[in-house]
Amino acid sequence: MDVTGKALFIANRGEIAVRINHAAKALGMTVIQGHSEADADMLAVRLADRSVELGPPAAGKSYLDVARVVAAAKDAGADAVHPGYGFLAENADFAAAVESAGMIFVGPAAQTIARMGDKVAARAAAIEAEVPISPGSEGRINGVDGGLKVAAEIGYPVMIKAAAGGGGRGIRVAECEDDLRKMIPQAQSEAAAAFGDGGLYVERMIRDARHIEVQILGDGTRAVHLFERECSLQRRRQKVWEEAPAACLSDAARAYICEASVRMAEAVSYRGAGTLEYLYEPDRDAFYFMEMNTRIQVEHPVTEMITGIDLVQEMIRIAFGEPLRLAQGDIAMTGHSIEVRVNAEDPSNNFMPFPGLVGAMHIPENVRFDTMLYEGYAIPPFYDSLLGKLIVHGADRNAAMDALQNALDDISIEGLKTTLPLFAALVQDKSIRNGKATTSYLETWLESHTIDAA
Amino acid sequence: MAKQIQSPLPGTFYRKPAPEEPNFIEDGASIAVGDTIGLVEVMKTFHEVKAEVAGSAARFQVEDEAPVMSGAVLVEVD
Repeated sequence: MDVTGKALFIANRGEIAVRINHAAKALGMTVIQGHSEADADMLAVRLADRSVELGPPAAGKSYLDVARVVAAAKDAGADAVHPGYGFLAENADFAAAVESAGMIFVGPAAQTIARMGDKVAARAAAIEAEVPISPGSEGRINGVDGGLKVAAEIGYPVMIKAAAGGGGRGIRVAECEDDLRKMIPQAQSEAAAAFGDGGLYVERMIRDARHIEVQILGDGTRAVHLFERECSLQRRRQKVWEEAPAACLSDAARAYICEASVRMAEAVSYRGAGTLEYLYEPDRDAFYFMEMNTRIQVEHPVTEMITGIDLVQEMIRIAFGEPLRLAQGDIAMTGHSIEVRVNAEDPSNNFMPFPGLVGAMHIPENVRFDTMLYEGYAIPPFYDSLLGKLIVHGADRNAAMDALQNALDDISIEGLKTTLPLFAALVQDKSIRNGKATTSYLETWLESHTIDAA
Repeated sequence: MAKQIQSPLPGTFYRKPAPEEPNFIEDGASIAVGDTIGLVEVMKTFHEVKAEVAGSAARFQVEDEAPVMSGAVLVEVD
């Protein structure tokens, strides 16, 4: 399938809009960039062939306005719409609206997004595909009594999750029966208010695990995996540091979870790039499925670095109807890659946001820096704080850690407070160096360490 | 001479703690030092704006949910 000359509308902003732009240009496409009033100066607008204003700064009135984004893309003559991540990327109504306006949605079918977005339905799909899940309720719990019954079977502590939640939102932990009695009604009304769906399910609480996720590409019939990533270093359930592959996995564990993920992707006729997220307990060598993300992820570059495959280009080709170009045997991994998220936050002051004016930048050679920044850019305060991602590659994990250390010593971005000093400290941490960090590690570490301002 | 309370941060200004709740400060009300007059959302985090001056007959210069720059005058009092 030749997509040369086709017009791609990018319904997103920041670094991912820049990333999608590069992939589209490499495929010979024309790029139309949507943007809010506050984003007229952003890098992705400057790089686009054309740009279209979507509305006021508030995302709800611009990037999240389904009718407005679809109409803007259609009026601009787009053949396809790429949603990036966040905003409307996992909104089934948006995917359906793009398709019914006669354009291609770069992502899975609307019904796949809806099915995986319902965490109970996703869990059921996982069970069907023999993907490992944590012990918990078979579907939605039936009120307080239903919850108590399930918890008595699987043992405390348990997590109460919203069926319509995800990404760490809508989760409560009950240590005992009394907790659960109190929390279920609260969680129910909170979920109904936040997600428009009060449905809940209950799972065994997994403490001190590793976050492992498997990258998938599918064409609706066949799927392949591109190995896994580890994203255990998190603050407030947000990933800050990601690696590929996961050094804590044996070859057997890797093969097992990657094959299980391909089974699930094929079982749901998955089309495009997707990620299955798991918790992994090394002591038990056990994986527990958490959710499937039906979009490109922030941390996709580490997978690209070890496989040499451009995930964004592949998802565009697939969206235009091209069958998967890769057989599983074509995909090999080389070396180790690490990504750190450079956020406009001050790690010496409780991660206070810092939407400033970008001064002189020095970016080291031999690293990948996926970014929205340019010198003189005024960062708008209305969106998330991700400025860019510093990505390194080495022959093995130690070499990648050394490469990260060198890059952090060399990089400078003046005029802003960023999370770079946090990573300069973490890269020297023994537990992280030795690959021992679990999902609770960084929060605990931050309680006993202070970061000097850059 | 009217006294002004400015936004310490750039972002989105909110006059109420949550959409269904009343304003922190109603138009025409008096403000004491330390009163929360609103929230500024910056990069998806919320920060309370506290009054550093006291006064009466509050006149808001910025609407609820409006974008503001750092230093923007949020409210004037006498």
